[in-house]
Amino acid sequence: MSFQRQAPPGTGQDRSLIGRDIPRADALAKACGSERFAIDLYPEGLLWAGAKRAGVPHARINSLRLDAALRVPGVIDILTRADVPGSNRQGIVHKDQPVLCGSKVRHGGDPVALVLAETRQALESALVLIEMDLTPLPGVFDAASALAKGAPLVHEENEGGNILLHAVIAAGEGKKVLRRCPVRVRGSFIVPMQEHAFLETQNGVARLRPDGTLDMTVSTQAPFRDRFEIASALGLDPGRIRIRAPYLGGGFGGKDGATVQCLLALAALKAGGRPVKMVWEREESILAGYKRHAARLHYELGAGRDGRLAALTCRIYYDTGAYAHLGGEIMELGMEHAGGPYRIPNTHIEGFCVYTNNPVAGAFRGFGVAQTSFAIERMVDALAAKLDMDPLQLRLQNALRPGDLNCSGVRLEDEFGFAGCLEAIAGHPHWTGRGQWTKAARPFTRRGVGLACAANAMGYGRGLPDAAVAKLELTGQGRFRVYNAVADMGQGNAATFCQIAAEELGQELRDVELVQPDTLLCHPSGSSSASRTTYTFGNALIKACAAMRDKLFARAALFLLKDELAGLALLPGRVRDTQTGREVALTRMAAMLPRDDRVCVSEFLMPVVADPPATGRAFRLGFPHRFFSYAAHLCGVEVDELTGKVTLLRSLTAVEGGQVVNPQCFEQQVQGASAQGAGYALFEDFKVDQGRILAKDLSTYLIPTALDLPDLEVIAVAGDEPTGPHGLKGIGEVGLHGPLPAIASAVQMAVGAHLGEGPITPERAYAAAKRPRGKGGRK
Amino acid sequence: MIVDFVLNGKRLRIDCDPGRRVVDYLREEAGLTGVKEGCGTGECGACTVLVDGVAKLSCLMLMAQLAGRELLTVEGLGSVESPHPIQAAFAGHGAVQCGFCTPGMVMAAAELLAADPDPSRETVRRAISGNLCRCTGYVKIVDAITAAAHGLNEARKDKD
Repeated sequence: MSFQRQAPPGTGQDRSLIGRDIPRADALAKACGSERFAIDLYPEGLLWAGAKRAGVPHARINSLRLDAALRVPGVIDILTRADVPGSNRQGIVHKDQPVLCGSKVRHGGDPVALVLAETRQALESALVLIEMDLTPLPGVFDAASALAKGAPLVHEENEGGNILLHAVIAAGEGKKVLRRCPVRVRGSFIVPMQEHAFLETQNGVARLRPDGTLDMTVSTQAPFRDRFEIASALGLDPGRIRIRAPYLGGGFGGKDGATVQCLLALAALKAGGRPVKMVWEREESILAGYKRHAARLHYELGAGRDGRLAALTCRIYYDTGAYAHLGGEIMELGMEHAGGPYRIPNTHIEGFCVYTNNPVAGAFRGFGVAQTSFAIERMVDALAAKLDMDPLQLRLQNALRPGDLNCSGVRLEDEFGFAGCLEAIAGHPHWTGRGQWTKAARPFTRRGVGLACAANAMGYGRGLPDAAVAKLELTGQGRFRVYNAVADMGQGNAATFCQIAAEELGQELRDVELVQPDTLLCHPSGSSSASRTTYTFGNALIKACAAMRDKLFARAALFLLKDELAGLALLPGRVRDTQTGREVALTRMAAMLPRDDRVCVSEFLMPVVADPPATGRAFRLGFPHRFFSYAAHLCGVEVDELTGKVTLLRSLTAVEGGQVVNPQCFEQQVQGASAQGAGYALFEDFKVDQGRILAKDLSTYLIPTALDLPDLEVIAVAGDEPTGPHGLKGIGEVGLHGPLPAIASAVQMAVGAHLGEGPITPERAYAAAKRPRGKGGRK
Repeated sequence: MIVDFVLNGKRLRIDCDPGRRVVDYLREEAGLTGVKEGCGTGECGACTVLVDGVAKLSCLMLMAQLAGRELLTVEGLGSVESPHPIQAAFAGHGAVQCGFCTPGMVMAAAELLAADPDPSRETVRRAISGNLCRCTGYVKIVDAITAAAHGLNEARKDKD
């Protein structure tokens, strides 16, 4: 892929770096094993910290017996609730999650004690020897039982009982118009939790410096926010906490919010100035880490006989587990996307985000949208079947176009190209040749081809300013240093910042260097999340580059004895006066300029919806969103008639995300999202029984291997977002939503039965194939 | 226990706990943190190293098992200054995202290409099927290994 464009004026470049496959700046060091992740740090004289986890989903804590554990040689200290200064509460919006539980535990992963030891062996021995005297309490393990009258309460003090958030988004007259629709379809859907399964588990190192600074390096998506979360929970001054975030070994949302941070900080406070390391083992990561929200969704969709969508009503239940994390905000985004990328003038979307004694749900790539995408796409398929219409044409007929109102009643003022995604699929041989392809199924197998679409918002949404501050330095050696302030969890934003800076400054890529997020050196720029990272920080960086260029011209004028700045050009390693041909090297200028004068800092704030609709009043922040990326996704599957095993043979994703700055990075994101979506669709059965996780490791919780996926194909659909850096929108999440509904649709085509529950395991596909035909689609 | 082995081309004779996991020795003692640990139970492949040319999981090996063996980690294969063609291909073909699975993938690929200089995509997929990647969907990893195979074959032809 290649999209050649003009270089920016004044840089003297003959060839733009934008739109080209640029190998990522971080790739080679990672491939050679020399990149240091947080987990690779073993400071001299370190202590190990680890948490004792409750192991039961709901219980009163009577007492802890620590004496045997304290006698283990090498154990330094064991901390409990009584040792926690401050509020002992973590949480991004709702602070409801204890650092260490004192009176009760609300899910199996809750920590009750923190051990500090000289060695990992001593730590492990001590954790086993801590005795917990707990009185089990009756628990609630799904939304329905949590909402039942007299249900046990997860948080007794919560005003809404087990309800974290109840909200409605309405546009037009959803319920009324639906009753009058000549064609209606109804369906109920279930999706399980999903585990992030990043390969680098939650970890960090921390040390209390002699000057009182808490110096931490953490595998985190939100280093700037972490300071405030730690400070609030432990009663510290956030200004005395320094967080560094090196490259993450995966995040996907699961490292947005406190994981090890508060426990590690607490341990460091008690470590006498020695460094402390905490690494969650894989089973602990699965037990205590955040999950995608399990959900139940009840939909009814109405249309005219011509297929024009008229009304949608739905009730959705998100299980946020024992703590809020961002549960309300996640359900909000799901609700905002409940109608998919379609024009539905009348909607009534009601959501309940509910506490249970299940593992804690939180941010996960797609942030609530995967669940509602499944439901709406299955409904559109059901409608197409009822109307006997082509599912692609029905989608195209109702596709959101610029100027339309979306299902939240927000007018989409910006240009976008969702219809182009559908057209790209419609013209592809995988779609046009699907009849022949499905007929070519091998003996005892059946084939099907399914289609699904999605939108995914970019940014925090209204009410929470989505801002970034970029700092750029001309180093003393005459190179440029970008202070990346948004963690790179693998998506490649850091490398893209190098590409953008090199482009804007007219420099060779090798003359741009990076500093990774460090709250001491960089400026607060928000979290690595919400498909915002490259858009928001990239825009700030472009402004910093322009300021730097202006500054260098002004300073070069002195060297070049110019009275005015016209005719100056920034070239690799030098400023040139194009009128006289005289040049001054950046190394020379850098040596003469004081450091303060070699730094430029610029900021950017994402624009928001100017005129938000009068709905979604329950959302305190993050509603509505203005910018969206779009995708259409095709899957071709083969179903084994004898075993029910579904094999994904074809996967094609067309994505519109504005301009493509680096096609290689674009494909990486879409392929990675498709793979996680395929895992969600077929393999990732996060089984929980009465709050106990059954899929507790990577041999029982199966993520796709190289043998489970075909070559994932990607089409970049032409687009342009004028407010984006080089016309870009965020596309890190939108590719995740298609696979589950598209595979369900393909399996339905193959076996002739409706599938409304994910993942589509062999058992479910087999049972569906055995159901008498004609009963699918509408329950 | 005294254990003699070769680590990244260097002959070593060390006094160690024979029951210590090789991954812990490599990361904490030898400073070879390119060897990653993703699960500790042999499920993810991030800690893959070559033992006498065979891909092994260093989280499931104990120090005593190293006696008389030749051990190669990702650091021994190549460096940023002088990368092995497989490492260069991973970087050039976009096979690296978060990069945590990459060292193990690279070592699995090294074992494959030593045995099969011209593998099909299906063969590559089978060879790396014990190495989990959560970022890429594997396409570009397969691209990189296939391209590295071609590059190595061309280099061999040049020598003939």
